[in-house]
Amino acid sequence: MFAKNPYLHLLISPQHLWRSMSLGAKSLWLHKLRSLLTALGVVFGVASVVAMLAIGEGASHEAQEQIRKLGSQNIILESVKPTDSSGPVGQSRSFVIEYGLNSKDIKQILQTIPGISIVVPSRIISEVLWVEEKNLEGSIIGALTIYPQMRNRTLIAGRFFNDLEQDNRSPVCVINQSAASRLFPLSTPTGKTIRVRGTYYRVIGVIEDEGQRATTESVSQGGGKSGGSGSLAQMIIPFATLMDNFGDTFFRFRSGSFDAEKVEFHEAIIRVGKVEDVVSRAEAVKHLLGRNHPREDYRVTVPIELLRQAERTKRIFSIVLGSIAAISLLVGGIGIMNIMLASVTERTREIGIRRALGAKQSDIVLQFLIETVLLAGAGGVLGVIMGLGIPLAISHFAGVTTVIKAWAPALAFSVSVFTGIAFGIYPAMRAAKMNPVEALRHE
Amino acid sequence: MAEPIIELRDIRKTYRMGDMESHVLQGISLSIHPGEYVCMMGPSGCGKSTMLNVLGCLDQPTSGQYFLGGLDVSKLNDDDLSQARCRNLGFIFQSYNLIQQLSVIENIQLPLYYKGVPESESRAIAENLAEQVGLSHRLYHKPNELSGGQQQRVAIARALSNDPLVILADEATGNLDSKSGNEILNIFDELNRAGKTMVFVTHDERMVQRCSRVIRLQDGLLDRDEPGARFAAASSSVAITDDSLLPTQDVC
Repeated sequence: MFAKNPYLHLLISPQHLWRSMSLGAKSLWLHKLRSLLTALGVVFGVASVVAMLAIGEGASHEAQEQIRKLGSQNIILESVKPTDSSGPVGQSRSFVIEYGLNSKDIKQILQTIPGISIVVPSRIISEVLWVEEKNLEGSIIGALTIYPQMRNRTLIAGRFFNDLEQDNRSPVCVINQSAASRLFPLSTPTGKTIRVRGTYYRVIGVIEDEGQRATTESVSQGGGKSGGSGSLAQMIIPFATLMDNFGDTFFRFRSGSFDAEKVEFHEAIIRVGKVEDVVSRAEAVKHLLGRNHPREDYRVTVPIELLRQAERTKRIFSIVLGSIAAISLLVGGIGIMNIMLASVTERTREIGIRRALGAKQSDIVLQFLIETVLLAGAGGVLGVIMGLGIPLAISHFAGVTTVIKAWAPALAFSVSVFTGIAFGIYPAMRAAKMNPVEALRHE
Repeated sequence: MAEPIIELRDIRKTYRMGDMESHVLQGISLSIHPGEYVCMMGPSGCGKSTMLNVLGCLDQPTSGQYFLGGLDVSKLNDDDLSQARCRNLGFIFQSYNLIQQLSVIENIQLPLYYKGVPESESRAIAENLAEQVGLSHRLYHKPNELSGGQQQRVAIARALSNDPLVILADEATGNLDSKSGNEILNIFDELNRAGKTMVFVTHDERMVQRCSRVIRLQDGLLDRDEPGARFAAASSSVAITDDSLLPTQDVC
């Protein structure tokens, strides 16, 4: 009479688990509003994790992209107009301010600091670019042939100018994408000419805009910022050509008075041979410039330092995000546990009946655990959907770049399921440990 | 004579509340054989509920031995007790105790679910039983959409679904009006005729009239063990294993 249960092996089969899950889902569906409210904590927890990860990734992605463009082996020197010698205020007479980096600095850097492979200076001038009747405010950069490699910028069409054109001071230019799209909206720019202050420059190539590069990950870019319209128009010509045609003094009208600046180099990029030397060489350069320029009319940017700083910031950001995520999921989990404990008490009699009909303690644990995990998992799914929607909305309306990595929703979802298990086990155990006799007597 | 389905040997149950000990069962021995229809009676506090819990493997006796279908269940652990309930016992309660969120058919299938019977098989069994108790047209209703008598019939179908050795019931007709009570009693009669062994705690005199054996408990002891009304005339057919507890013939 007490033969082995012939169905015993079926109790651990997938079908049995599937039935348990559908019964659990049914029980949750019976209290739709309560289930929804219970899962809400996890929904918002998961949504905030996914959304914040996307925004955080977007921010660091943008920062790293820009820094990468500057080049990790580079030290960037820029001339800065000194604040204390901008001339007497209100004086209407012309006044020439001389400041910034000069050839003496460059020569000293190359001679005294070891391990520096190359220094590329350039001049930048604001001018109006003309194509027939069309004109555009842009900057003209006097550069050397090595400029594209130094700035990690790639050519989209045509070519960069060569040493011969450099030596001959040829009137050739390379324009960036945004200048190309606005000056030559309907035709190919190469071979056309651009007029600046009466001199015609032949366009020989188009270079990509600064700080823009397509990446392999899905990047949602703010509508206003994407495309060429936002970037400044640039025209790059040989350094010597610029010196010939514009001289070393730059005149500018400003609020009635007129104002001249004399700057030899607006910018210089120093390339250091080894990446690990960059920081120490930058110190040496700062020291040298500090001696030559007591007015501090220069600025030194070390991309690799920025990169490290960005990484540090990202790490702090991740810790903060992680803590917020942990706290919100903890709160969500406690909410679930609270309701499940109430549910266990409310269903004491049901538990008693099930036990009387042959449910083992493990059956009861499984039943309540399945309900909790389903609840948390459903909350996780809703949260992921919401969390994917938020960054898209932010990108669309606020123009902030967000990056959604595939692992972020997956991680958030599995954490929500884990939360369900962690906070469901205690109520489930409590349900299972009930004395069946007392549970049956419960009103 | 066939092996007894239920055999109790000196079953004692003591509850301890602080320093107070209450001896609810004080040494009960009895046997129940296949096909018996037993009514257990007694004043409140006599221990009949505890007795039913012990018989139902819901509670373990403090001492003594309980053989259910030849197996000593008084020493089983919780999981094995659940197995014993799942496979050998059917329960019917005074307040029906159906699970409200499950439909009629799902309630009937529940013991089979815990036994691990595959869905298709358990469904066929449950549909068949629902037909037997006259509820084929109510399979997808929830218990609260049924009358008391119908609910109790669902509970009977549920108690039968795992084809148990014994059906245990606690005041099965206590909540019903006389008409539906009679219907239920008729079903019990039929089951008994079909060979089912049944042990019922009851106050219902109608049940006493129909049963084969009446056991009266008093203060945790077996007070009287006598044939039911329909067997009163032929007491010799009732098997009593314990000689000291031979049925007394006086009728109350």
